[in-house]
Amino acid sequence: MSGIESVEPRIRRIRLVALAAGLAAVASGIVAALFQPSQFFRSYLIGYTLLLGTALGSAGLLMLHHLTSGYWGLITRRIFESAARTLPLIAVFTIPLLFGLSHLYAWTNPQTVAADPLLQVKQFYLNTPFFLVRQLVYFLIWILVALSLTKWSARQDASDDPFVLERLRFFSGPGLLLYCLAITFAAVDWVMSLEPHYFSTTFGFRLITGHAVSAAAFAIAVAMLLSSIDPIAPLINRKRLRDLGNILLTLIMLWAYIAFTEYLIVWAGNIPEETSWFIRRFHAGWGAFAWFLIIFHFFVPFFFLLQRSVKHRPLMLAGVALWLLLMRWSELLWIVGPVHHQGFFVHWLDIVVPAGLAGIWLAVFLHQLTRRPLVPVYDPLLREPVDGESRVTA
Amino acid sequence: MRERYGFMAEFDDPRLLADAAGAAYREGYRKMDAYSPFAIEGLDEALGLARTKIPFVFLIMGIAGAVGGFLLLYYISVVYYPINVGGRPLNSWPAYIPISFELTVLSAGTIGFLALLIINRLPMPYHPVFNSASFAKHASNDRFYLCIEADDPLFDPDRTRDFLMGLNPMGVIELEK
Repeated sequence: MSGIESVEPRIRRIRLVALAAGLAAVASGIVAALFQPSQFFRSYLIGYTLLLGTALGSAGLLMLHHLTSGYWGLITRRIFESAARTLPLIAVFTIPLLFGLSHLYAWTNPQTVAADPLLQVKQFYLNTPFFLVRQLVYFLIWILVALSLTKWSARQDASDDPFVLERLRFFSGPGLLLYCLAITFAAVDWVMSLEPHYFSTTFGFRLITGHAVSAAAFAIAVAMLLSSIDPIAPLINRKRLRDLGNILLTLIMLWAYIAFTEYLIVWAGNIPEETSWFIRRFHAGWGAFAWFLIIFHFFVPFFFLLQRSVKHRPLMLAGVALWLLLMRWSELLWIVGPVHHQGFFVHWLDIVVPAGLAGIWLAVFLHQLTRRPLVPVYDPLLREPVDGESRVTA
Repeated sequence: MRERYGFMAEFDDPRLLADAAGAAYREGYRKMDAYSPFAIEGLDEALGLARTKIPFVFLIMGIAGAVGGFLLLYYISVVYYPINVGGRPLNSWPAYIPISFELTVLSAGTIGFLALLIINRLPMPYHPVFNSASFAKHASNDRFYLCIEADDPLFDPDRTRDFLMGLNPMGVIELEK
């Protein structure tokens, strides 16, 4: 076993490479944007929602951990906190998108709205000034919640103050509620309004479950890759590995359940404004891609994560988690892509721009992660007597 | 004295129990069991226990519930009582999924639970280990026990007792059947 110092040079190298590659990819995207601005903004939106979802999901799971406790959160808490602390960076990522609103959203075009009675009715909500105000409010809420949570948590490292956890718990209940409300509205703004005729009350929650999958998968992948490093290594045993695997399993089941519910309700209602959204996504190439998602975002990881032999192996678990992150990207492509393309279509920008944004984001995340101990050193869970499960080796 | 059930060593530390179970297995004892107030990681392997079949029962019954539920709905809505609902096809599978899912859970849960009782031979109103007053008081609280049963082929009253004494127990209890 060795401490974080032993891998620090490697982490620093990864950070530099991620940052350089990310900047280069985004720069090449911007050059391409001069020729194909619409495509650039669509690709950017996919990357943006993926990273926003991972950061928001991390803050959400962090609050869930403060409310429910448990070793799973002890292992992943600093990873969630570091990911949540990237929200200011994601607020910066929003700025370029604001210049692309007219490329992305039909409701920003006065001529389209004038010809469309439905859009006129929706105009009190879907208009650019109000849209901008809402984004400001969301980010104020998100950043305030994320920074307060992590600031108090840092205070716990400095002093053995038992009231810090009390306060975190007290804050997390209302915090989680406010958070999910803001995400629901943001999901309507950024993603659902791409097709302004479509409406689904479960759309926000469907994205929230996706965020939770992204965040858990990301945190588990990072924790597993660091699982031989000192403050984490002694916390890892088979039972806790199973717990982490089972959390991922539960979250993909929740995602599948909500995604299917949305489909079932629209299918049963059979109203043109709603079914057309799914018809576009289940035909002409996108249909095959939808089955790909059902199989590889749900069934295959589901059967992998049922196996104890997968959950007991940190690297296997990390592999499944990384695969799920790729599936998160795929689902966003499936949601955003069909708005403008009849048949299945991946532009090279859909890969390069999200990857570039992810590189920059990863560099900032690693910077946050290495600033503090990898595990909250004064957490009472660390002081609990050996519970038999933890250390006995026969 | 009535027939002997076995010898049981009493420990005050879960680690000692796990080590003792490993030692007894290496010594060649097979008909033995360990008793602990909570699960101890690695104890199953130390005792040489085969992996439990419960998850397999759950899986099979879950699949049976899913397939059965789907076929039930298919039979009702396509074969037995076909009804035209808003022009939808008779085999409207999306509507079958929730009930198939619920039957998966119901079938796996109830039959899995029954299998759990049967495999563990529960309910069991009598077990010789409770003939020890210390066991009855501490086994689900703060002590750990390893019992080697008399019908193990290697069981020998003197040697088995000495072997257990050599594992640093608080004491060795002789159990009646």
